[in-house]
Amino acid sequence: MSVKDYIRERFFPHIWCAGCGHGTVLNSMLRAIEDLGISKNEIVITSGIGCSSRIAGYADFHTFHTLHGRALAFATGVKMSAPELNLIVPMGDGDALAIGGNHFIHAARRNIDITALVMNNRIYGMTGGQLSPLSGCGTKGTTAPYTNIDNSFDTVELSIAAGASFVARTTTYHVKQITDLIKQAILHEGFSVVEILSQCPTYFGRKNNLGSAVDMLESFKKNTTPVGSNAKEKKPALIERGIFVQEERPEYCSEYEKIIEKAMGAGH
Amino acid sequence: MGKKQPKLREHIIEREWCKGCGICVHFCPKNVLELDEKEKAVVMRREDCICCMMCELRCPDFAIEVVVEN
Repeated sequence: MSVKDYIRERFFPHIWCAGCGHGTVLNSMLRAIEDLGISKNEIVITSGIGCSSRIAGYADFHTFHTLHGRALAFATGVKMSAPELNLIVPMGDGDALAIGGNHFIHAARRNIDITALVMNNRIYGMTGGQLSPLSGCGTKGTTAPYTNIDNSFDTVELSIAAGASFVARTTTYHVKQITDLIKQAILHEGFSVVEILSQCPTYFGRKNNLGSAVDMLESFKKNTTPVGSNAKEKKPALIERGIFVQEERPEYCSEYEKIIEKAMGAGH
Repeated sequence: MGKKQPKLREHIIEREWCKGCGICVHFCPKNVLELDEKEKAVVMRREDCICCMMCELRCPDFAIEVVVEN
């Protein structure tokens, strides 16, 4: 199959701006699914609201475009009613960690077998460039013209602390790594988070003088390093890429199945 | 020994989908692509293509496909 067999061509060209990294994430995600050879009917995508969430319209699987920040809650419902399906939840940084912050930490805490993709472009693109919890101190947006004073979350640290059993990060420059990490995340039995640093040249780039999409990709290349590299020791500001946590822990649907059996047994 | 170098059959560019971001042009290791006067990706040096596929993998718009011989 070609990657185009996994998209709904009637909605193309897509709505994302020229140079937006989200198309690259979709591209790499579809290649991961193709490589794994999973049937289209075994994939369910639930998404919330925002630029990133438009993926649900473009990918040709069972897709569900739901409420802002609530994609993981819908995914939890689908997964518990049909645990044999593979749930993938693409979210933006605002959707995942501001509006959906509570759903995010609790889905991680339960370790339910869902693959959460956090497409982090550090801004609300669709609504005009408002800052998100991942923008970081010192950045600018339409809601912070004199620079932002809010600290940002570290998606990886937050996910680990909340209990996710697979946590990884990469960027839209490192496309083969996106595909590789998403493959591993889908295969992992438990809550998986893959953070993908993605460029928004239209808002985050323009408001922060970061140049074109090409310039932003060059900065992802320059400012990141593989997990545990020597480069990080010499230059602590580098952002690490790779797998941070990959552990086998009791998965929620499997544990729930045991409870059902226990309750059924108790009646006799 | 080593892996056999893939042989290029053709580049397929969906001009309607290309938004002219220039990512494919900039990151091509062999400088095969350019943007034309309408800001659409075009193949200028076909013979230099090494079929690394990076343009196809990075394109946010699904606008370029590198087709290789089987």
